[in-house]
Amino acid sequence: MERKTKVNAEEGKQDLVITREFDLPLELLFKAYEEPEFLEQWMGTKVLKLENRMHGGYHFETSDPKGNVVFKANGVIHEFSRNQRIVRTFEMENTPFPVQLEFLEFEKLTDETSKLTMHIIYKSVADREQILRMPFAQGINMAHNRLQEVLLTLK
Amino acid sequence: MNLRRDVFQAISDPTRRAILMLVASHALTAGAIAANFDTARPTVSKHLQILTECELLKQNQNGREIYYHINAKKMKEVADFIEPFRNMWDDRFNKLEDVMKKYKSKKQ
Repeated sequence: MERKTKVNAEEGKQDLVITREFDLPLELLFKAYEEPEFLEQWMGTKVLKLENRMHGGYHFETSDPKGNVVFKANGVIHEFSRNQRIVRTFEMENTPFPVQLEFLEFEKLTDETSKLTMHIIYKSVADREQILRMPFAQGINMAHNRLQEVLLTLK
Repeated sequence: MNLRRDVFQAISDPTRRAILMLVASHALTAGAIAANFDTARPTVSKHLQILTECELLKQNQNGREIYYHINAKKMKEVADFIEPFRNMWDDRFNKLEDVMKKYKSKKQ
């Protein structure tokens, strides 16, 4: 399969850029970020709070199949421009990772395709490297839960 | 893993990155490498030592001269390092695409 998602992490820098082109119209791509119902489905997490506006905040929580909370993340929204841009912070609760700043740019490519550019800025070069060293830090439980769901549907 | 941390510390320095670029095409002696930099020779030697210690560079004795060349295997390891992170996002975005495509077809 073609590698659709690209990560550009230059050595020795404290930021990185993730880009992805989607076979989705811009409006649908943005909706996936805007509506809790969709976020929950593709992120595999529970959306406790999502205030899509300047000064708004969000709060995600993921539980394992037994109901234990295994992952909590939160942040504040600095800019919310529909079909254009989201600027927000992201913090994983109860982890040593400091809060990070995220710039999400949404672009229309054609009527049926779109592009997301995610620019993430970490507190330091070392913090970025640590996140990269623990690639699943942001999603291990989510990925795990999703895998379980998939396996359950296969049974 | 300490080794990995050392590798990333090693390549976080611009002079060391320049050294890696320099020897990427062919092996060079310490003197030939130092000639490319304004930095004092002992400083370049220190950089070479660090790069050798974390295995990004290899030394080859050729007569009285020591040649430095790049350790392609180690360099690849550094490049691959980002792969699990990229995979995580790719999985996530694939899921996003699936979810929204299903929604789209339901809507129509």
